[in-house]
Amino acid sequence: MPTKSAARTTAVPEPPRIQFEGVVKKFGLNTVLDGLDFSVARGDRVTLIGPSGSGKTTILRLLMTLEEANGGLISIDGEPFTHERKGKRLVAASEKYKRRMRTKIGMVFQQFNLFPNMTVRENITEAPQHVLGQSKDVANMRATELLAQVGLEGKADAHPSQLSGGQQQRVAIARALAMEPKILLLDEVTSSLDPEIVAEVLAILRDIALSTDITMLIVTHEMQFARDVSNRVLMFDGGRIVEEDEPEAIFTNPREKRTQDFLKAVL
Amino acid sequence: MNNVDAFIAALPGIGRGILVTLELTLGGAVFAFLIALALGLATRSRLLLVRGATRIVIEFFRGTSLLVQLFWLFYVLPLLGIRLDSLFCGILALALNYGAYGAEVVRGGISAVSIGQFEASRALNFTSWQRMRRVIFPQAWAQMVPPFTNLLIQLLKGTALATFILLHDLNFFINELRRSTGDTLFAYGIGLVIYFVIAYLLTLGMNAVEVRAKNRIAAGPTLREVMGLKPPKARSQIDQTPRSRMTGVIS
Ligand SMILES: Nc1ncnc2c1ncn2[C@@H]1O[C@H](COP(=O)(O)OP(=O)(O)O)[C@@H](O)[C@H]1O
Ligand SMILES: [Mg+2]
Repeated sequence: MPTKSAARTTAVPEPPRIQFEGVVKKFGLNTVLDGLDFSVARGDRVTLIGPSGSGKTTILRLLMTLEEANGGLISIDGEPFTHERKGKRLVAASEKYKRRMRTKIGMVFQQFNLFPNMTVRENITEAPQHVLGQSKDVANMRATELLAQVGLEGKADAHPSQLSGGQQQRVAIARALAMEPKILLLDEVTSSLDPEIVAEVLAILRDIALSTDITMLIVTHEMQFARDVSNRVLMFDGGRIVEEDEPEAIFTNPREKRTQDFLKAVL
Repeated sequence: MNNVDAFIAALPGIGRGILVTLELTLGGAVFAFLIALALGLATRSRLLLVRGATRIVIEFFRGTSLLVQLFWLFYVLPLLGIRLDSLFCGILALALNYGAYGAEVVRGGISAVSIGQFEASRALNFTSWQRMRRVIFPQAWAQMVPPFTNLLIQLLKGTALATFILLHDLNFFINELRRSTGDTLFAYGIGLVIYFVIAYLLTLGMNAVEVRAKNRIAAGPTLREVMGLKPPKARSQIDQTPRSRMTGVIS
């Protein structure tokens, strides 16, 4: 198991917010990530593009600790994420350690995954109250602010089932932001929405991206959105990064053949 | 003595019998529910040992008949020096037997909750206990109520076996009535009606619970769907379809 990064990351004054070093992820015999290396600086907003099945979702799920890597090291702010330090050694992270690391990360899912047994407000306040230990008043005030930010002022007492898909996804965004994450993972958050609703959700995300310094890792097929919001684009294929660049450059002038083919297919 | 006089004479006994039957039913149900929760959650443990042990307990108490369990508790344990009160024996046997069945209901209800709910609550950093209590169980609960209703009715019917451990339950007094009248059809007819009425009342109560549970997780449309279901045919029988037509509660 990996040990190589420990010395190096502590020597750097400001370690990258996210760092993947030689990360391997297999599902059975299917090697999805094959020694993946990349890093994301603080405040970066990175879009991952690449063909379906190239492992974009897997990367986000590894960061959210919904999957476990088979090898390599993931670090957040220079601290090992999948492993914890025991003295000089790195051992598999305990649930307690994972919970501490997870406080830095929020995720918005393609299928929203709102809690149907709670109102919109409760969806947003439940974790801040019971995980972060906020008082009810503080959590409620923050929920009200966030609902205003996502344009759902009047919906606090509605149940998720009474909302449209676009509204549900906006609640899910507010719910993730209520946890004050340093990193926000967005996995095709508009893919299950009707086309006419996509724009309203993207507008809100754009607003959040430009008004906060949350580091974002975005998987999307909305290339215009990627262009507006992100400052870097990573092209994935075959479990590795094929090309990375600023959005303007990669979209107008991709260097690699595989990126060209992919962009031709989606644009 | 004609049947009507005999029935009137037997009424105080039947009343006491109904009380004992209700004690067995409710006591058995409460403890069966607690056992079902504990075993049902333990089937999902991360530890193989816990899962394995739980499996064995569940299969054991499902696989041996209620009557045999009653006999063991009441007739065999005293031979080993453990003497239990007969009402307690009855409640314990019912709780273990139906608790084992209920464990499957709990397990099934929890695994019916979509994986996205587990993942979202993990992403929000709930502890596994908070996740179960605040997110998963309330949703699973709505799934569990209909099969629990079936089990409750079966448990009620199972209480009649308590006569065999010398409890004076409803079944006991119905047999007394048969003996005093010599009219099997009459006495068992009375028994049938009383058990049916109790079962029906329990079903109504559980339907109210079900409507509330569904209402909590989904609101409007689902509730209306539930109301729109055809009225059930035989309420006291095992019936896998949700029975939620509770005009009194809904309207
Ligand atoms: N839970 C899983 N079990 C087995 N294979 C999986 C699982 N999740 C993802 N995969 C496989 O991993 C590969 C990458 O999936 P994914 O990360 O979802 O790709 P992308 O998001 O880029 O479309 C695919 O081949 C997919 O079939
Ligand atoms: Mg994906």
